[in-house]
Amino acid sequence: MEPILKVEDINVYYGSIHAIKGISFYVNEGEIVTLIGANGAGKTTTLQTVSGLLRSKTGSISLQGEDISNVPAHKRVARGLAQVPEGRRIFLQMSVQENLEMGAFTQSNSGIAKDLERVFEYFPRLKERRRQIAGTLSGGEQQMLAMGRALMSHPRLLMLDEPSMGLAPILVEQIFEIIQTLHKAGTTILLVEQNAQAALSIADRGYVLETGKIILADNASALLKNDAVQKAYLGGGGG
Amino acid sequence: MAFLSFLISGISLGSIYAIIALGYTMVYGIAKMLNFAHGDVIMVGAYICFYATSRFQLPPLVGILLAVVVCTILGIVIERLAYKPLRAAPVLAVLITAIGMSYFLQNAALLLWSSNPKVFPPVVPTGKISLFGGQLTISYVTVVAILCCIVIMLALTWFTSKTKMGKAMRACSEDKGASQLMGINVNGTISLTFAIGSGLAAIAGVLLCSAYPTLVPTTGAMPGIKAFTAAVFGGIGSIPGAFVGGILLGIIEIFAKAYISTQLSDPIVFAVLIIVLLVRPAGLLGKQIREKV
Repeated sequence: MEPILKVEDINVYYGSIHAIKGISFYVNEGEIVTLIGANGAGKTTTLQTVSGLLRSKTGSISLQGEDISNVPAHKRVARGLAQVPEGRRIFLQMSVQENLEMGAFTQSNSGIAKDLERVFEYFPRLKERRRQIAGTLSGGEQQMLAMGRALMSHPRLLMLDEPSMGLAPILVEQIFEIIQTLHKAGTTILLVEQNAQAALSIADRGYVLETGKIILADNASALLKNDAVQKAYLGGGGG
Repeated sequence: MAFLSFLISGISLGSIYAIIALGYTMVYGIAKMLNFAHGDVIMVGAYICFYATSRFQLPPLVGILLAVVVCTILGIVIERLAYKPLRAAPVLAVLITAIGMSYFLQNAALLLWSSNPKVFPPVVPTGKISLFGGQLTISYVTVVAILCCIVIMLALTWFTSKTKMGKAMRACSEDKGASQLMGINVNGTISLTFAIGSGLAAIAGVLLCSAYPTLVPTTGAMPGIKAFTAAVFGGIGSIPGAFVGGILLGIIEIFAKAYISTQLSDPIVFAVLIIVLLVRPAGLLGKQIREKV
């Protein structure tokens, strides 16, 4: 089976800083794949390169077998990529509903009402607050809005960048439950997390990043048991 | 009655400032740059209308339309050639480029149309409305300027709050990266903003020259600076702010001229700006939103 996303040998630079050093990975249809690693390992940079906000100097990125390396970011959305960026980056001065409408920018107007209802089913809080300005939402609600907004474009692959960042444990649990619900509904997910424990416990496979390179790739359950992973990212255990 | 007359003149002049200020504020909102060439686009619009109506004897409405079309295209071209290559450059580089573009337009106008002042033909019918048994007279231009401003304001409010492209424009002005992730073509949206701002500048140019009919290559410079002041005054980046700032600036200027001193009117206008910015650095309607973590 052709993977839905195939990233081959990408190298990304910030000026003279070599941030991503020849990363390759893939995501199969229906999987949850997670990229874990410490702060600064290159997880966000990798996602931004897949979504097109950053460009790789080498290699290729293929979506459903098509090379999209030279497709501008805004055109990748129509091809089925959606990214929930780090720090949520919702439009703070726009209403909840307007944020969701922006998520549907590539969709025809006729389907928006139905898609809104679908998002409100996942996130009932957003329905209550649909007229509210997004900047007045709590952190957890903002994360829900960012996820709902991404769902509005009917992504084939949903990329989530640190969805648990800055949230209370109870909210983190809730967000991870929703990720699983989305997965069961047929969405393929690429998840970037610092919370390795939570990410690996819901993922099929995982990649461990360190200073711009993939140092480990395995099934999530195997990574959870791996000594080096336990020591570095899961707070001890195997030592 | 004199007071009322000054007030109406002030609102009318302010309406023109507001229309120009909208261009500044929309472009700033989305491109985070001060387009100092904006004032000179006004001048180009006025020249186009002048040549269309007085040299080629086209009807005024056609002249205005032509000015709008030419300025809209000019705005898009300026953005593509001068500003787009500097999208990632430091703010100062963009600012200096904008000032350079302003001088370029003024000097190109000087070469093309010479420094001889042109007498702008009345595109708005001359005449006055007489009220209170002739005690209060208002010229048609005054009324037309105010009406234009109201219509433009309502249209822009509708556009940015109800249409998909208008909302995309607001999204881009908040976060370009996130907008791209929504599938919005950010470069296209910036072009559209320049197009709208420059089209409005053409209308402002025609109104300005109808009220003050001397046209020279530097005609747009001072109104441009004043409208920029109005935009900052109202809160740069805010569309209602440009409206409020423009109208207030016009009223202050006319009152200063009428009751204090004609020579001192400009210093007074700018002094008011300084005071407002000392008290409210974000301008009257400027947004100060704190980010939630």
